[in-house]
Amino acid sequence: MSMKFVDEYRDPELAKHVSAEIARLSGDQPLKFMEVCGGHTHTIYKHGIEDVLPPNIDLIHGPGCPVCVLPMGRIDDAIAIARKEGIIFTTFGDMMRVPGSHGSLLDAKANGADVRFVYSPLDAYKLARQNPDRQVVFFAIGFETTAPSTAVTLLRAKAEGIKNFSIFCNHVTIIPAMKAILDSPDLRLDGFIGAGHVSMVIGMRPYNFVARDHQKPVVIAGFEPLDIIQSIYMLVKQLNEGRTEIENQYARVVRPEGNVKALQAMAQTMELRPFFEWRGLGFITHSALKLRSDFADWDAELRFEVPGLRVADPKACQCGEVLKGVIKPWECKVFGTACTPETPIGTCMVSPEGACAAYYSYGRFSMASERNRLHVLPITQ
Amino acid sequence: MDADTSNAGRVDSVLQKIERTRQARRHKFYLHDEKITLSHGSGGKSTHNLIEGVFAPAFSNPLLDAMDDAATFRVDGTDDIDHRLAFTTDTYVVSPLFFPGGDIGKLAVHGTINDLAMAGATPLYLSVGFILEEGFPIVDLRRIVASMAQAAKEAGVAIVTGDTKVVQHGKADGVFINTAGIGLVRASWLMGQAQLEPGDKVLLSGPVGDHGIAIMFAREALDIESDVQSDTAPLHTLVASLIEAAGEGIHCLKDPTRGGVATSLNEMALGSEVSVALDEQSIPVHPEVRGACEILGLDPLTIANEGKLLAIVAPGVADTTLQAMHNHPLGRDAAIIGTIQAEPPGMVFLRTDIGGLRVLDMLVGDPLPRIC
Repeated sequence: MSMKFVDEYRDPELAKHVSAEIARLSGDQPLKFMEVCGGHTHTIYKHGIEDVLPPNIDLIHGPGCPVCVLPMGRIDDAIAIARKEGIIFTTFGDMMRVPGSHGSLLDAKANGADVRFVYSPLDAYKLARQNPDRQVVFFAIGFETTAPSTAVTLLRAKAEGIKNFSIFCNHVTIIPAMKAILDSPDLRLDGFIGAGHVSMVIGMRPYNFVARDHQKPVVIAGFEPLDIIQSIYMLVKQLNEGRTEIENQYARVVRPEGNVKALQAMAQTMELRPFFEWRGLGFITHSALKLRSDFADWDAELRFEVPGLRVADPKACQCGEVLKGVIKPWECKVFGTACTPETPIGTCMVSPEGACAAYYSYGRFSMASERNRLHVLPITQ
Repeated sequence: MDADTSNAGRVDSVLQKIERTRQARRHKFYLHDEKITLSHGSGGKSTHNLIEGVFAPAFSNPLLDAMDDAATFRVDGTDDIDHRLAFTTDTYVVSPLFFPGGDIGKLAVHGTINDLAMAGATPLYLSVGFILEEGFPIVDLRRIVASMAQAAKEAGVAIVTGDTKVVQHGKADGVFINTAGIGLVRASWLMGQAQLEPGDKVLLSGPVGDHGIAIMFAREALDIESDVQSDTAPLHTLVASLIEAAGEGIHCLKDPTRGGVATSLNEMALGSEVSVALDEQSIPVHPEVRGACEILGLDPLTIANEGKLLAIVAPGVADTTLQAMHNHPLGRDAAIIGTIQAEPPGMVFLRTDIGGLRVLDMLVGDPLPRIC
């Protein structure tokens, strides 16, 4: 397992060079770009990319962290399932700490529920096969990136006739969320950094409306620091040349037509919900997936009774405004004080991909150093 | 321009607000949780909150309050700095019990030796306590005990007292081990996480993350083939050679176990009211560990080590200390990874691989429970 290839995308000299080109092309013009994907947000903070970019480039962290956009009511539903007798409730690690209206899955576990974290729906499925006398439920979350693996697992469960396994489906789709953001009156964006992994599945065509109807450029980007810096360069170049197009910086992975097999597996097992609530963005039509009726036997929502209540976000929480890019994480009233990664109030503070958690862990200092208050010395040895 | 000015004002007010909260939290820890969750065992922030919220106030005394890896004291009760003893304890619940590079027994011996070594002590005697689960195979117990005996022999320490308890099936997981240890402090000066000074250099004895990643791969949940071995090793001879080489120039030694290098350095930054500036490029990480971290979305700096140490040393002895590390088999890949600065106190930050700057916080939550 050699990771040498990564270094090419992390060359500090090259980063400086591309950043200087961005500065040259954009002049002093303030530009706001949204990275839609939580993975990008994470890379931006982990590598301190904002620190490398010219100051007129402002990155807005969009709704692409699947943990962050899940409304509280769905977490309560998940906990209700997990608490039922005989259930093994499986989930990605990130979800464990997300607060519902009465505690998190981690708290439910401390109170005796059998909650286990897994790395994939297939791991959950294996647990079901190993524990035929227990009901194993997988808490499926994520965009088109993770939905195919849920779909493939469902197909396998059906083919093998495994009945003690079910999916609590919370998969969402990225395009309706981008539409909702573009239709929002608060919007002041100049372009999008498109989600690399999602695009690997859905391809480039679904983004066409952004350029056509909204006259904004999109550049689909990879997840290494230089991928992101280069995609910003490509956005600035488009604007500079008066173009608004859908471009692909991540051509080493993303094909224009997407992954047809993955899309087929999704279409076989799941269909669009008429509407779904997104944390902070409200109800968005056709923005989420549920299991098709032929897979009703594996649908945890049908198999187990869930409260299904809509729970209002805590009043102080401004995750919605953060997700829409209306405010920066640090502008939220409770950021860094009542709401921290150990005591999260909003979902954006829970997942490492969440804009607030990323900002809290990695960004506080760059904000401070910008203000020249902390007298940072260059590191010399 | 007006928008810019008001924005700058807001940044300042938010920074002040965060700073006030940080200060308040530094002196009073809020433990909101009603029940113990696995996060409390992560070695990161939640563990910190549990210790500061429950144990520290109840047991408070000058030796404990130093919050170092081992307590150091004189048997005659005087404050003299020579001929002190070091005393420490640690409990092991690692799962699986056997993993590439070691097992729970070896870990239990090395871990306690290392806690003594970080106090600048030569380990002398260990105690061992076993909690055994009904039904546990004696053949596995023999393997673990043999491994402990060998580890103790190789390290030149004796296991001189012990205890055994058996609990019903399901009330423990195979075997849990507690070890305590006593050592003789060789350093005749104060070392510890309150002794850092601006200008000091941060040295790391070798690549980080091996133990945590080896355990992760040893668990069934991940079907990845790998050669990553736990780095579990007794560090007291390395410490002895550092003390010989750098003497009083050594201000603090710490083995970055649970919570990794990030958590250890944050504890020091808080303990000494200084800041730690790291250079990411200079931090050694095995390619396999780095690859695993990339895939799993983990930071090697928050992953546990069981055979590495951080040495904070005066700038004048940094090179001799590094040389002494390089001359020892356990420090061949050692590197200088950062510098201690006065400002901003209590924070660790990192110059990233692409030349950006970011805060390096303690581990929050737990990427993987029961690693030691």
